Amino acid sequence: MGRYVIRRLLQMIPVFIGSTFLIFFMVYALGDPVAALFGDKAPDPATAARIRKDLYLDQPLWKQYLHYMGQIFQGDFGTAFNGQPVTELMASAFPVTLRLTIVAIFFEIVIGITLGVISGLRRGRSVDTSVLVLTLVVISVPTFVTGYLLQYLFGVKWGWVRPTVSPDAPFGELILPGIVLALVSLAYVTRLSRTSIAENVKADYVRTAVAKGLPRRRVVTRHLLRNSLIPVVTFIGTDIGALMGGAIVTERIFNIHGVGYQLYQGILRNNSPTVVGFVTILVIVFLLANLLVDLLYAVLDPRIRYA
Amino acid sequence: MPEHNEPAYDPLQPGEGEAIAPTGQGGPMDLALDEAESLEKTLGDDSTGPGPGPQEKPRSLWSDAWHQLRRNPVFIISSLMILFLVIISIWPQLIASGDPLQCDLSKSQQGSSPGHPFGYDTQGCDVYTRTVYGARASITVGVCATLGAAFLGSLLGGLAGFFGGWGDALLSRVADIFFGIPVVLGGLVFLSVVTSTTVWPVVGFIVLLGWPQIARIGRGSVITAKQNDYVQAARALGAGNSRMMLRHVAPNAIAPVIVVATIALGTYIALEATLSFLGVGLRPPTVSWGIDISNAASQIRNAPHMLLWPAGALSLTVLAFIMLGDAVRDALDPKLR
Amino acid sequence: MRGATHAKWAAGAVAVALAATACGGGSDSGGGGGEAGIVSSSWGDPQNPLEPANTNEVQGGKVLDMLFRGLKRYDPKTGEALDMVAEKIDTTDSQNFTITLKDGWKFSNDEPVTAQSFVDAWNYGADVRNKQNNSPFFSDIVGYADVHPTSGEPKAKTMSGLVVKDAKTFTVALKNKFSTWPETLGYQAFSPLPKAFFTDHAGWLNKPIGNGPYTVDSYTKGTGMQLRKWDTYPGPDKAQNGGVDLKVYTDNNTAYTDLISGNLDLVDDVPAQQLKNVKNDLGDRYINQPALIIQTLTFPLYDPQWSKEGMENVRRGISMAINRDEITKQIFRDTRTPAKDWTSPALGEKGGFSSTVCGDACVYDPAAAKKLITDAGGLPGGKVTLTSNVDTGSHRDWMDAVCNSINNALGEGPVCTVNPIGTFADFRNQQSSFKLTGPFRSGWQADYPLIQNFLQPLYYTGASSNYGKFSNPEFDKLVDEANQESDAAKAVAKFQDSEKILAAQMPSIPLWYQNGSAGYAERLSDVALNQFSVPVYDQIKVG
Repeated sequence: MGRYVIRRLLQMIPVFIGSTFLIFFMVYALGDPVAALFGDKAPDPATAARIRKDLYLDQPLWKQYLHYMGQIFQGDFGTAFNGQPVTELMASAFPVTLRLTIVAIFFEIVIGITLGVISGLRRGRSVDTSVLVLTLVVISVPTFVTGYLLQYLFGVKWGWVRPTVSPDAPFGELILPGIVLALVSLAYVTRLSRTSIAENVKADYVRTAVAKGLPRRRVVTRHLLRNSLIPVVTFIGTDIGALMGGAIVTERIFNIHGVGYQLYQGILRNNSPTVVGFVTILVIVFLLANLLVDLLYAVLDPRIRYA
Repeated sequence: MPEHNEPAYDPLQPGEGEAIAPTGQGGPMDLALDEAESLEKTLGDDSTGPGPGPQEKPRSLWSDAWHQLRRNPVFIISSLMILFLVIISIWPQLIASGDPLQCDLSKSQQGSSPGHPFGYDTQGCDVYTRTVYGARASITVGVCATLGAAFLGSLLGGLAGFFGGWGDALLSRVADIFFGIPVVLGGLVFLSVVTSTTVWPVVGFIVLLGWPQIARIGRGSVITAKQNDYVQAARALGAGNSRMMLRHVAPNAIAPVIVVATIALGTYIALEATLSFLGVGLRPPTVSWGIDISNAASQIRNAPHMLLWPAGALSLTVLAFIMLGDAVRDALDPKLR
Repeated sequence: MRGATHAKWAAGAVAVALAATACGGGSDSGGGGGEAGIVSSSWGDPQNPLEPANTNEVQGGKVLDMLFRGLKRYDPKTGEALDMVAEKIDTTDSQNFTITLKDGWKFSNDEPVTAQSFVDAWNYGADVRNKQNNSPFFSDIVGYADVHPTSGEPKAKTMSGLVVKDAKTFTVALKNKFSTWPETLGYQAFSPLPKAFFTDHAGWLNKPIGNGPYTVDSYTKGTGMQLRKWDTYPGPDKAQNGGVDLKVYTDNNTAYTDLISGNLDLVDDVPAQQLKNVKNDLGDRYINQPALIIQTLTFPLYDPQWSKEGMENVRRGISMAINRDEITKQIFRDTRTPAKDWTSPALGEKGGFSSTVCGDACVYDPAAAKKLITDAGGLPGGKVTLTSNVDTGSHRDWMDAVCNSINNALGEGPVCTVNPIGTFADFRNQQSSFKLTGPFRSGWQADYPLIQNFLQPLYYTGASSNYGKFSNPEFDKLVDEANQESDAAKAVAKFQDSEKILAAQMPSIPLWYQNGSAGYAERLSDVALNQFSVPVYDQIKVG
């Protein structure tokens, strides 16, 4: 067990190098960022050349990369174009986004699995159909619209919550954005748990449990749910990435200064230190999340074991 | 934690649905009822199927599934819906006489009027015509990207989960890196160099970004499925890897992949809109629901009808494929037989 | 038990994740609108560090306008360049200027504003080693090439054209005659800088010090800035409110939502999709007025298929096929005004704006457009592709609308298509490497309210922002003459003559003038925008 975890942690090293290089190369492929710094005006050639030299942009790609990696090992992730160190950006953006992600995953788990279990146990009934309709609505209406509508209704019309999130972004203010962010994933979690439940209801161990006269509640939570959760857990593991790095729309609607926003800005401005720094941290988050998911497999299904 | 042992090491029982029927109050009753229904279904199937006899070849799981599918009304309804969508995609002029690119800005965002039942969008184009003509690009993107990602993902993920070891580690780590690529960055890099105006670069890009998720789902369910007693039994009996995978593991592991793929179909169509918004997706003269939905989204307070129709069409498409996926899954589940 | 160990591992990891997130969650949130006498206003993260000579966009400009007062300041209403710190600017030959400062000006750290404050700031701005965006603004001064050579290391640290005579006087020698040069001095790049800027640069950037009516109370990069009224400000335009809280919004639609829910007092860029609702939401608390911004479609005249003899009629025809009235009404809800020349109405008639220069060529006439284009041999290759970046603004919407308008006028199917480009950087790179083969968007925001700034940088042969490579000797000659003209009215007339050449040649199609727009809360009054579409914060009254 311990050895398995250590092996997985060691695998992070090649992944770290691979992903930094890949992202570095991709930002490089986006083109020269310097001309855009001058707005509507034409860049002054001498100034632009100086900026390029300072950013090592006049060097070949591999030299730029080595220089960047060398800096990283000294704890320097470079600076954004507005002069802010990337480490500072990360320190302000990641905690906020992590909180938002936790809220979203909390709703995914609680609402998604509950709806999934109910509709899985009552397949073909009206509850199941209503959940299906909700799923369809969530998939086909863009996040922008649901986010904007909920913000308008709760924040402006009824005034129940602040429509935007303050810079500190405490958990309380993140409930509404968290729900909006979770919506599409909710559709997946609900359908996945519904299918698993519906499948496992027929399994022999459930029949046995029922036959033994165990209470329904115990059968559902102990036997049925536990064995149905693996696909759901896998999905949530893969979803962490989408939630953390891809919350651009939600973060914009609620004015959350998180990872999605910084990443988007970095990409639009071709700022490789920002993009590579943020993506590298995200990749590490996925690695940890997926390690956690793999460990959870063994918790949920004791027959699975890792050596 | 002694509970672990009870369900997991339950011996295989002969299918005695009626045995548990009398025990129930409330919940177990439901389970039992379902059980009884499915038993009836199985009986019915058997009586209409090829007559029993010593000459009968043992039917494979897949032909069994096909046999059952044809009798499932859900499958028939969803197939008809998909057929309709395909026909509309190929010959949109069958039900729409206008030209989706003929726009009159003076009618911008007007509501419905005779001959234009769905009203006009911001550019003054007819929403009905654009919704009909948008089917081709959107369904091509949705279906092809889903098929591609599902095929690639379940193949790679399935193999990784089945064999484990170094291959699994390598594939999973590659997938981790792919998860890390932001859609915006990937889109701008890969798609901005493409000059083709067809849907295929977009499809390829979505497959590239979509497969890791399905691979992980497939891997997870293969890891679970291969622990099942009958798989272990088959292995003990000396079944080959390919036989075990196709016969025993795949049918039991495919359900989550189908579920994720059918929902992903909808999100891929929406993703195409995101790419268009970034300026790297489909571009005119191609018409798509994604483009229309993303244009309509910002106008939701001014002209909700612009969103309603393309989003409704997207819903119907997703519904058809979710129903199809459900039917296929049911047909593949041996426990229902 | 095995299960128990697994659970422990998982629980431990979750706990670590939770602990990591909990530490960032403070609870103090500076309440939105409502603080007595303080205006809360939307802001965007400035693109560059807040140095005056390095700021070339509105968001940074907002702050500088509150923190600094230069030699001149443009009157927010008329755009006239009025003396601010300058007592007088004298010249006899339009080339050598003597600048005298008023008494009593000081920075908010009590350091007096002297001639040296200006000369040091300008030398800093011009020096290539400081990589200031706006250094070309100093390029008219003698000695610029020494501190800003096109390549290699600079030979000097100061420009020889700047000489300090005494604490209140300095002289400026220009390379060429430039009669309206004093009028350009209202631009923020010419602001004075205190000694602290040079001695403690990092500290200054974290909390800038200037000589304007406000002081910086606190500045959190990426989040916001709190400015407070400087009570002992020596200038004539004291702040009429207690201070301004700038709050960074990543989306102006969100800022608008905060405005109508009472969490914000002022939004200076009303989002396009809300324009239909402003009357409903804000009533008359909405400003929509011309700014010094024009949007044009520039033709790639470096490409022979667009520049060859006779193509000017095709270019003219395309211009006439664009229904500007309908597009500005339906897409922009009248926050753009159909263009009638190559300048801006914010200049005023006196400043050189003319509503007749473009004439018929800027009036929608599909039949005439079709005839012009067909008679001239049709579009090059039978089609035309419009290019713009689409990461900001509603560029995609208007490009689609322009193409539809052209296609409808020509009636030959979709001959006009759009080529959206994902990032401004990519667009700018393609534009400045002259790779585009069809008309592309050019937006131009003037730095100072002078007609010269709308024409010379864009259409003079070899000018820095002449992306279409337009070249016309007669145009160049008229611009040169205008710059040497010492009488302002005559200079403007010369520039207008040069503009007539643009009307005949159509190197670019004027599309529309961009307005500044703003919405504000009930508790504010006297809200106005200047010509750069920046709110005049010091005039705003609260309550």
